[in-house]
Amino acid sequence: MEEEGVATTQISLIRMHSEKIHPPRALWVPFELGRPLGQPNDALFQTRVLRACLGLLDADSGPVLQDYPEDVPAEARIEDMTGMVCPISLPPLPSDDSAATEALLAEIGRMQPWYEMAVEQRDRTTVGISELEMDEAARFLTAFVETGSATNPRPDLEIGPMLKYACEDLKAFYSEAMSAQPGMSTSLAVEHWMWNETVLGRTLWQLREANTDSADDYTRAFARRTLVPDRQVHYKGAPVFETGSSFVKA
Amino acid sequence: MARMEDLPAGERAMLENLDLPEYGETPFVSPKPLSERRIAILSTAALQRRSDKVFGQGEASYRVIPADTDPNDIIMSHASVNFDRSGFQQDLNVCFPLERLKELADDGVIGSVAQFHYTVSGAVDPRQNEDSAREIARMMLREGADTALLIPI
Repeated sequence: MEEEGVATTQISLIRMHSEKIHPPRALWVPFELGRPLGQPNDALFQTRVLRACLGLLDADSGPVLQDYPEDVPAEARIEDMTGMVCPISLPPLPSDDSAATEALLAEIGRMQPWYEMAVEQRDRTTVGISELEMDEAARFLTAFVETGSATNPRPDLEIGPMLKYACEDLKAFYSEAMSAQPGMSTSLAVEHWMWNETVLGRTLWQLREANTDSADDYTRAFARRTLVPDRQVHYKGAPVFETGSSFVKA
Repeated sequence: MARMEDLPAGERAMLENLDLPEYGETPFVSPKPLSERRIAILSTAALQRRSDKVFGQGEASYRVIPADTDPNDIIMSHASVNFDRSGFQQDLNVCFPLERLKELADDGVIGSVAQFHYTVSGAVDPRQNEDSAREIARMMLREGADTALLIPI
């Protein structure tokens, strides 16, 4: 972009990468991946980060790599999460797969009021990549887990991407609902609860276990790498599938 | 949290061993006052409008987010699950600080906010996105935007 004549300044989340690539101007921040401006709903904090990043544009020469001095308050670590409970009374986990769909639909029903509160508070939702209703996404997911195949609700998509998008929407629905509750503001609290305490989490683990050797390339890669976060895989002691040193391949 | 020692071993190893492109000299556009700059955001969070085509696996291309887009119309189709999405769900500005940028323009800190902003998927090898980056730069210049704010996820 600089070669085309556009000046750039950037936030850096992985300092090592900025050292290797040496872009013209970069501000390394110590924040969690996914939160380059640091704190949601804290305009002053975000503005301080932004002004520091834009301030690098005053440099006469580069590359410039500066460290941002301010951090967000320390978050709990995954080791501290054991025994954390969600105040919603969730139905007990079903003892057999035949009840899985009903259990998941019931759980979604209990999430619904909190989800609606989140949408009302934020005036937005990030659910929608699958274009499915949550009940429809849930039925599709449990059918696939139970039988290894399911009727694709969107013929315009391959079954692998359809699964990925349905899972992303269900996760976003739960995450938005939970993060609207008191005491569930940290990213790890919401994530840990979802993956370890819910019917949805259990269903997604089953999806992973059943498809890590899928004959379909997309579904296999999805199950191995882009379904469960690495820190949850390590926490559970589940099989790890490394990607090596590559970016996602087309 | 984005300190390497805080990341799970597998994620850390992946990031440490990532096959990054190597560049020679760093190109560097001469400075001008911040208060005269017109700024566009380029995010690697694979953000898109609801009506846009979802970023496919390994797809090196970009989406355009006009400055007046309703935040409720912006969703994310990044492939990776190894970054927090709850911050984005609570507040778009934590990864796409369009409102903050508009405030800085209103306060006269920056010159103006561009009409169009851009996103790519950071799951893609950046070498494959060079054409997109050059095209975005040329689009920006056509609307008088001389500065890009690059934001990873």
